[in-house]
Amino acid sequence: MTKRSMLETDGLRARYPDVFNRPVSSRLAWPSMLAGALAIFVFGLIHLGFSPIRMLNGIHQLGWISLMMLPPNPGASLPLYLRALGETLSIALLGTTLAAVFAFPVSLLAAKNIVPSNIFRFPIRRFLDTIRGVDTLIWALVWINVVGLGPFAGVLAIALSDFGALGKLFSEAIEGADRKQVEGIRASGGNALHEIRFGLMPQVFPVIAGQMLYFFESNTRSATIIGIVGAGGIGLQLAEQIRVLEWQKVSFLILMILIAVAVIDWISGKLRFAIIGPRAVA
Amino acid sequence: MTIAVSILPDQRLAALNEIYRKAVARKRLRVALGAAAFVAALAIASVGAEVNLRTLFTYFGHFVSYFDRLLTLDSGSRVWTNIPEWLWGWKKWSLLLGETILISYVGTLFGAVLGFAFNFLAAENTSPGPWVRFIVKRLMEFCRTVPDIVFALIFVIAFGLGPMAGVLAITIHSIGALGKQYAEMVENIDMKPVEGLRSTGAGWIACMRFAVLPQVVAGFASVTLLRFEINVRSASVMGFVGAGGIGVELITAIRKFYYSDVSAILLLIILTVFVIDIGTGWVRGRLFGKERRA
Repeated sequence: MTKRSMLETDGLRARYPDVFNRPVSSRLAWPSMLAGALAIFVFGLIHLGFSPIRMLNGIHQLGWISLMMLPPNPGASLPLYLRALGETLSIALLGTTLAAVFAFPVSLLAAKNIVPSNIFRFPIRRFLDTIRGVDTLIWALVWINVVGLGPFAGVLAIALSDFGALGKLFSEAIEGADRKQVEGIRASGGNALHEIRFGLMPQVFPVIAGQMLYFFESNTRSATIIGIVGAGGIGLQLAEQIRVLEWQKVSFLILMILIAVAVIDWISGKLRFAIIGPRAVA
Repeated sequence: MTIAVSILPDQRLAALNEIYRKAVARKRLRVALGAAAFVAALAIASVGAEVNLRTLFTYFGHFVSYFDRLLTLDSGSRVWTNIPEWLWGWKKWSLLLGETILISYVGTLFGAVLGFAFNFLAAENTSPGPWVRFIVKRLMEFCRTVPDIVFALIFVIAFGLGPMAGVLAITIHSIGALGKQYAEMVENIDMKPVEGLRSTGAGWIACMRFAVLPQVVAGFASVTLLRFEINVRSASVMGFVGAGGIGVELITAIRKFYYSDVSAILLLIILTVFVIDIGTGWVRGRLFGKERRA
């Protein structure tokens, strides 16, 4: 029995030499990569000042903080917080809409099937990439310097950073559109604008609407962040309460954000379903 | 030669036209109602966000001139005419950028390991029980819904100022995000190898290791690299709340109106993000170029 299986193994070895005698380089590839990754990791831990004592102390502190967070309690500032939440939602809605309004024409220019020339397209794409490369928080800081503290700076920050992201996504949606409808419009005598309106728009509108809804959702989250640097909304309250160590209010605010995000998730899911139909909800 | 166009009798045509007009009218009404609701929401929102179109137009000039100032050195010349002066702090800044990348690297790795440990509990087809699954899923949802910078704010208080708070904030966020993506991948696997393994008497851990993992490891690595990219971006602002990285320098420069420094740091951040984007794209291509392109 063993002899036979040995023979079989030998036969397999003879037939598939590549599987049994892999070159040293490919055998060492995974272990050396893992070792490299681990080395960087350990270096990072040391360089960034990780130590077991700090870790334990921190976790101890965190435990206290979590205990003090219970039960969540807004105190007397509930109306203020509700207004701040409304402000956050307003920032998200206006920012997303503004971004979409500006991103759409630019995305037409960045789409290969509308502007075939690479010379035009390349700088527009890089421009969008550059805007996207900068975090929303940084844009918020810039806008605060320009228009002053307040939710308006938040709207503009979200609009600008989403302009980059939506421009790219829209242009991809446009590039993915079917050529035939556009050609049909041209064949029946439509001009370039007709082609876009009647050939392209019906195809890309559901995709664009879906993406806008998705961005509205994610912007509700971003809008809470930009409040931390002073651009209005619930994040401002949250950052303030964290700084003055009012943990019960902090946990209440976090809870509010979580509930708001969940509700918007649910609503936008329904809306997306209504606009795109069950087929393309992805 | 005449072209025959079949025309229905007037009566039937009128009836069909009527139906068509009704259908179109209903659709138009729905679109109009939707648009009206949207505009109303926008109007309410612009009151809520204190939007004022006139101020916007006045401020737009400020915005342009702000960028003008960003691109001007203290001496009054344009930044690109004197690059050594513009990037005078590049040594300090690149060290901080290195720290930023390190923060996101360590954070992503921690998050990936923990997310990996949790995801098998959260995926529908591998979870040991519905209760475990429910709890783990809610926990991961919490981790990714609370913005990482909020965690950073809290951790700065618990662990003290410094990059450690940033790393932990990114870790928590990555656990939530990666855990979800991993679990979705695990839910899409072929269950036959798992059944095969279970029929030989293997335990849960052995099933995960030898039947599930080989199917998903490439996808896991791919989303982890993407997450690393995203984390580099969010690590660049961790410094705003004192959690390490380049953000400290940037917020100081912005707050103190060191215009040319702001543009120099922004340039370095954008370049770093580009390099990381291209780098991870290259690694992804090398690792799984043939099988999958995500």
